[in-house]
Amino acid sequence: MPDKSDVPQGTLALMVLKTLDLLGPLHGYGIARRIEQISGDLLAVNQGTLYPLLLKLENEGAIASDWGTSENNRRARFYRLTNAGKRQLRTETGDWERTAAIVARFFSAKAEDLA
Amino acid sequence: MKLLRRLFVRMARLVTRSRDDRRLLEEIEEHLASQTEENVRAGMAVEEARRQAALKFGPVGPIRERLHEEQTLPVVENLILDLRFAVRMLLKYPGFSFVSIATIALGVGATTAIYSVIDATLLHPLPYPNPSELVRVQDDLPGVGAERVGISIPELRDLANSGIFQSIAIAGQGANVNLTGTAQPLRLSFKQVTPNYFAVLGVDAQLGRTFNPHDSTPGYNLEVVLSDGLWRRGLGADPQIVGRTVLLDNDQYQVVGVMPRGFRDQGATSEEQNVELWLGAGFAGMPFPAPSRSSRHASRAVLGRLKPGLSVASAQDRLNTLVASLSKQFAADYPPQTRWAVRLIPLSETVVGSVRNTLFLIFAAVGMVLLISCVNVANLLLARASLRGREIAVRQALGVQRARLIGQLLTEALLLFLLGGITGVAVLFCTHRFLLSLVPASLPHENDIAIGWGVLAFALAVSAGAGILFGLAPAWLMSRTDLTATLRQEGRGSIGSLGRSRMRHFLAVSELALSLVLMVVACLMLRSFWDMLKVQAGFDPERVMAVQISLPGPNDPRTDPYQTARQESVLLREILRRSRSLPGVEEVAMGDEAALPLGHTLPIRLPLIREGIETLDNEAPVVDSPIVSPGYFHLMGMPLERGRMFTDGDVEGTPEVAVINQSAARTYWPNQDPVGKRVRLHLDTRGLAGPAQPVWTTIIGVIADARTESLSERAIPQVYRSSYQRVSKDLVLFLSGNLDPANIPVQVRQQVQSIDASLPVFRAQTLKEVLSASLSFRRFSMEMVTLFAITALLLAGLGIYGTISYLVNEQRREMAIRLALGAQRANILNLVLQRGLRLAATGVCCGVIGALIASHLMAGLLFGVSPRDPGTFASVTVLLTGVALAATYIPALRAMRVDPITTLHSE
Repeated sequence: MPDKSDVPQGTLALMVLKTLDLLGPLHGYGIARRIEQISGDLLAVNQGTLYPLLLKLENEGAIASDWGTSENNRRARFYRLTNAGKRQLRTETGDWERTAAIVARFFSAKAEDLA
Repeated sequence: MKLLRRLFVRMARLVTRSRDDRRLLEEIEEHLASQTEENVRAGMAVEEARRQAALKFGPVGPIRERLHEEQTLPVVENLILDLRFAVRMLLKYPGFSFVSIATIALGVGATTAIYSVIDATLLHPLPYPNPSELVRVQDDLPGVGAERVGISIPELRDLANSGIFQSIAIAGQGANVNLTGTAQPLRLSFKQVTPNYFAVLGVDAQLGRTFNPHDSTPGYNLEVVLSDGLWRRGLGADPQIVGRTVLLDNDQYQVVGVMPRGFRDQGATSEEQNVELWLGAGFAGMPFPAPSRSSRHASRAVLGRLKPGLSVASAQDRLNTLVASLSKQFAADYPPQTRWAVRLIPLSETVVGSVRNTLFLIFAAVGMVLLISCVNVANLLLARASLRGREIAVRQALGVQRARLIGQLLTEALLLFLLGGITGVAVLFCTHRFLLSLVPASLPHENDIAIGWGVLAFALAVSAGAGILFGLAPAWLMSRTDLTATLRQEGRGSIGSLGRSRMRHFLAVSELALSLVLMVVACLMLRSFWDMLKVQAGFDPERVMAVQISLPGPNDPRTDPYQTARQESVLLREILRRSRSLPGVEEVAMGDEAALPLGHTLPIRLPLIREGIETLDNEAPVVDSPIVSPGYFHLMGMPLERGRMFTDGDVEGTPEVAVINQSAARTYWPNQDPVGKRVRLHLDTRGLAGPAQPVWTTIIGVIADARTESLSERAIPQVYRSSYQRVSKDLVLFLSGNLDPANIPVQVRQQVQSIDASLPVFRAQTLKEVLSASLSFRRFSMEMVTLFAITALLLAGLGIYGTISYLVNEQRREMAIRLALGAQRANILNLVLQRGLRLAATGVCCGVIGALIASHLMAGLLFGVSPRDPGTFASVTVLLTGVALAATYIPALRAMRVDPITTLHSE
């Protein structure tokens, strides 16, 4: 079984934003579950660390939150993406894809290609 | 942007913190509940499901902490905590807090007060745009020892075309003019200026216009610009004033503009700054002499505005080149032996140059007081450290970081200093009216002294800076406590840490040294002032009053009722005759303004041409030439040394005569008898058409020297001429006898105006008052420095007392043991006294060295006393040692009376 890798700083924020973008308003537990599902349990997110991150994003204005009722009738705090958050997601996605593409190109390069 | 937003939100969160924490706990609970439910659904037992959920979530404590960090600013939070603690400490030791805050308030308040004076005078001396471009242009003839000889019109044109100046103007010296047609004839000071004067200053009129800078009228252009003050006071703030005519010395002038409120003429004296009328003149045609290089406009100030970006030094270089080439081109006008030179002086220097050094001295003195008060507080903080040593040790034992501890101690010190600063400024604010009344009116820009934002910022910076500087050292030392030693010793009568007591010794010594320097400076200034009061002025100011009267001087001599000396002498004799009969009057005499000792600011200086000594007109030495009536010398108590005085027979038509003082005799006729020599005083600022043949004036007498120009200067050459032979417009009537200063002015005015109702009679004062006013700035600085020195002495005494007290307190146990082992009480007393004496000796040594340096730096401000006057140094040293010993004696007595049994028991 492969080691569970740590989540690099900043990546988790991107995942949260993407999750909210895909699924609309969600509470903290929901976000944690989705990230877990999508990563196929490969990411060992200490779920608690999510909450300081959510607050930071909220302080930055990327997300907003309101009290609401969860599927099983609990009082829960729902987070949603703001317009600023959508913009942030777009730019960061672009950045990420560019970085990934460059790294991928390096990995696929062979000695003969450079000769 | 994002960072900023986070910062703001976090600041807001400082307030809503507990609510946020609750919210987090609720969310966590919700999260765990959901996870548990899910786990149960997946088939776990409830207990196990809850455990797994908690495991997956991770530790709650660190998360809450991280959230907390994200929410708030730890720095701010610590600061608030520290502040809260500092306030508690303040309240816990009210005596300590009160003394420290009061000490700092004294230091900061006094420093801020003096800074506000410096701010108004030295830092903002010129209320004109781009003041650094403004320069005074001064012509000197160093070869013949003549300064400020004035400029000629061709020279002015050369300068204007030189490319060095944006513009250059002549500002005639201030003089007075009678404004008639108003309720009471007004005597106003006016200035003749070239029409581009206001353009040079860069100020425009609030109403109407200033002169047209390109106006090339050679003489007066008969236009006048008014000051805001005159417009409001004398002319009822008439909005239609522009275009009206006013009568000045019987001439009609058209008002073209009113200067804005707050506009001041440039100049060092309050007279010059109170100019209320400006008359435009070209200085190149009637009534002025025709322009030629040799007719200099003596004592007329020339004002220039340098090209932007040109420094005074480089402008001076270019000017020197120009002067050299002009001297070559007009060799006949500029003989090489006169060494004609033109100097540029920054205008700000000419305005405040005379008081700068004294103000610096006062500021340095107050700075020392501030330093001493800060040292005192640092000392108190250290002393308290020994009381709090245990507290600090305990906190360190509990694991507080050293930086955090220093931060907290520093916060306490800063709070003290800031509170002190605020108190000081508040007291200053409440008393500034009273304090301003102490500032002599002769100080330039006295009216501009105010507590503005700049001054407040200064006070804040000083208190914060002092707080950090003087709070850091004690904090540093206090945080360096040796844990185990302190915990073991403290409360059992320890000897304070070595570093701390060394520091305290150092502080006490520096206080002593500083206050010795201040005391020496103050004593030297006192001695100077005292000597100046005692100086033989050479005239007798007792029982003499001076009343000023002025005659009109119209541009057209034909409209002048007092055109000739013969016409004027009729008026003078009548005024003298009537004044003599006033109650109490014993003697009367007349003179012009230059004859008023110490009461005139800028004497009109005339070139002195001696018969038989070939000089070109424009390179003659210049002398003061007062005009006086025959009774003047006797009334003033100036004895005749040789020859004769003026008589009633020296009138117009008889040969012109002059009386000179000894100084003039020594300077211009060394080793000769000047009586009978003939001189010519080339006239005349108002350019009365002179006779074709030069008129020689014969010297008939020599009188003793008198310090009529300044008490601090030896007599300056004077050439007196007779009132009955010379016209003068600014008259001073001198009366002596048993005078009633309240009635004389009224009586004189009645008598004068019953002869000619259009004559203003003003500014009646006793010569004592004139003399005292001439010393006002010197007295002010002397009083200030003395006050600061006494304060410093008191503070230093307190400082030493405190230091020794704490030493004794710390060593009570040692004393008790010594006593118990059989030491004599006298030995204990000696021990403590010796310690104090050592401190005093070190402090005095350092102080004497500092005082020698300081007194040499201020040598120029001293009068009649040497900067290393042994008497002063000795007495101050003795005084300071005495204070130090007295301050040691009280704690020493206490040490002697230590009761060994109670002391050893109690600890």
